[in-house]
Amino acid sequence: MAGIDPIVDPRLRLEVLTAEEVRRIHAATLDVIESVGVRFPSPRALDVWEAHGASVDRQTMVVRAPGTLIEEALRQAPPVYPLAARDPALDLPLDGRHVYAGTDGCGVEVIDLETGEKRRSSLRDVEEIARVCDALEEVAFHWVPVSAQDRPPASRSLHELAAIWRNSTKHVQTESVVTAREARAAVEMARAIAGGADELRRRPVLSIMQCTTSPLAQDGGSLEAALVAAEAGLPVGFMTMASCAFTGPATVAGSLVVGNAEVVSALALMELAAPGAPVYYAAAQTAIDLRNGAYTGGGPEDFLFGAATNALADFYNVPLSMGSFATGAKEPDWQAGIENSLSTFMASAVVSDMLLGVGLLYGSRIWSYEQLLMDCEIYAIVRSMLRGIRVDDESLAMDAIRDAGPGGDYLTQPHTQRHMRELFRPRFLDRRSYGAWETEPDRPRDWARRRAKELLAGHRPEPLDPGLEAELAGIVVAVEVEAERSPESAPA
Amino acid sequence: MTSELFAAMRQSIVEGDADRAEELAARALGEGMDPLAAIDEGYVPGLRHVGDHFAIGEMFLPEMMLAARAMKRAVAVLEPEMARRASRRRVLGRVVLGTVHGDIHEIGKNLVGMMLSASGFEVHDLGVDVPFERFVEKAREVDADIVGVSALLTTTMVGQRSVVEALRDAGLRPRVKVMVGGAPVTRGWAEEIGADGYSEDAVGAVNLARQLVGA
Ligand code: B1M
Repeated sequence: MAGIDPIVDPRLRLEVLTAEEVRRIHAATLDVIESVGVRFPSPRALDVWEAHGASVDRQTMVVRAPGTLIEEALRQAPPVYPLAARDPALDLPLDGRHVYAGTDGCGVEVIDLETGEKRRSSLRDVEEIARVCDALEEVAFHWVPVSAQDRPPASRSLHELAAIWRNSTKHVQTESVVTAREARAAVEMARAIAGGADELRRRPVLSIMQCTTSPLAQDGGSLEAALVAAEAGLPVGFMTMASCAFTGPATVAGSLVVGNAEVVSALALMELAAPGAPVYYAAAQTAIDLRNGAYTGGGPEDFLFGAATNALADFYNVPLSMGSFATGAKEPDWQAGIENSLSTFMASAVVSDMLLGVGLLYGSRIWSYEQLLMDCEIYAIVRSMLRGIRVDDESLAMDAIRDAGPGGDYLTQPHTQRHMRELFRPRFLDRRSYGAWETEPDRPRDWARRRAKELLAGHRPEPLDPGLEAELAGIVVAVEVEAERSPESAPA
Repeated sequence: MTSELFAAMRQSIVEGDADRAEELAARALGEGMDPLAAIDEGYVPGLRHVGDHFAIGEMFLPEMMLAARAMKRAVAVLEPEMARRASRRRVLGRVVLGTVHGDIHEIGKNLVGMMLSASGFEVHDLGVDVPFERFVEKAREVDADIVGVSALLTTTMVGQRSVVEALRDAGLRPRVKVMVGGAPVTRGWAEEIGADGYSEDAVGAVNLARQLVGA
């Protein structure tokens, strides 16, 4: 069994927004929700809003809600709760002290470990990635990393969940449950794993992520799935991707307001429907490429979003899941290194509770095991940096300094023996001599690939109880049968 | 006088000033100008200017969008008169475009549509979450040369196959060509579902559309 070694209590601090600036963004956000409104294309959602006195236009499905209603609703959200795991030792308290990395999600292609060729993703990839990530101490939880495209759309998201539970004891989060039907089945599966409905509320082994539809709208299916999950006590997050100059204003502050209005209004809805439900803020905002409109997933604006968003989540006193890593690069290269390092540093230094996530290239589309392991290396470097510099009698090392004196060395000092293992030891940085490199000019990414193969071949996760496995499979089959009968409510 | 009007039309597109483009179109009609001349000699050169400067990195997407919008507004003013004279704009081809049923990603599809319009195609954009039959109806209605289907989700890309099949069942294939695109779509997928082409981005989509209509 592998443990988790997360970033905890970072000693470096970063203030990207002052308290006054956060208040201005908040005020602008409430103004937007009240005067411009947010579209909620779900009859259920509109009913909830109406019941609480918001102004609802049934035609356009736009909701305009007073700031006080939003603020009161958000006050019901618990500030601290755990993401539970099949193995309780791997539960993750979202307590504002930890920064946990998860995998990135919903990739569509995989760079095959054996052939190096890019191909369509399948259920087997979901299983194998889960197994490898189970062994990595940097990966604290799973997002469904790629889509099981060899399974029917109506039940695909459920096959994916079962595959991860079969191959790992860590917490699972999904972004692929986008209909009420899937959500009901996912809750049933999670109850089976947790040991009942009450137990699931206490220890949610599954959490749900939904996307907002920038600018200023939600997706109907996602809302209905989220409501089902929130009522069952699963943590639910809403992620905005409002991007500068396309789905958000060109300025970072303006896009923060638009994104904030989307997330905050969705979280408020969850609290109105299920008071006290655990919710979280999520964001993967960026700036578009001005030439082709592409979602860049990198660049200075992206990194600033990474740090600014946590100030908002803290203001609302809910956990944050921040899009970091997620490079736009096509392969594990210079661009991937720089983008994933800076985004992860910024999001971690402000103590974002969850980071999404490791392993995908090309704007969250292509899974690469090499990138996975190198992303973990980035996380490990950032973790070391955030531990900061300890200054006390022992670390000032006066005895060792006296002992070595001018011109001596510290190699054989007992102090060195005591502390050298605290120094960072890279796995995927090339520190060999030039000659050694010339003789065998392989690269860190080759070592990463080798390591992934070793883990895949050698790591045996704690298996799921066969009875439980059959129970999960039964739930999935039931959904397939139901979908055959009424295909119209199949996933969007 | 006419040349001044043409220059102003061109400028309205370059500046992306839709109100001005519309106003100039109305003035042209008032002066009895042939609407086709207004388009071809007034507005299209503006669009070409924007396209050229976009290509060399001096103008950006938001400026392209504004130019396309101004163009659309001007053409809308000129259209009734074109219909009255029974003149049809010379276009490279007619494209019916949409994001497939169940899918609401629209940014890429909009870009493709804009680039196609700017390159001389007549584009009928059906929006997002478009039922399969709607593509067929619209293709019939406007006598389309190409149906373009965008899908960004692995769960909805299967709908691209349904559109190909629906067009076939309606007897529109192979005359009406099908092009597909979107994040999970690959050349292999396009071949597998019997589409005529695939492109990875908006510029590629224009080249592909040109090829498909033999332009
Ligand atoms: C006809 O001929 C042609 C020819 C070429 C064509 C063409 C047609 N169509 C496109 N092209 C090509 O030319 C265009 C221009 O260059 C290009 O278009 P693109 O659209 O690729 O490029 C655009 C210019 C910019 N790119 C984009 O606009 C898409 C970017 C990403 C990040 C993305 C966004 C922004 C969004 N999303 Co969504 N989204 C992702 C995307 C990941 C990615 N990097 O692609 C993807 C596609 N989304 C995904 C998901 C899962 C989802 N999204 C959802 C929602 C959204 C938003 C609404 C938040 C937003 C869309 C906003 C909007 N108004 O369109 C949900 C689905 C909603 C629905 N029913 O459709 C939801 C299910 C999330 C949820 N749980 O709610 C993933 C799909 C994974 C999968 N396995 O299917 C995804 C790959 C990201 C990820 N890894 O999670 C080419 O593809």
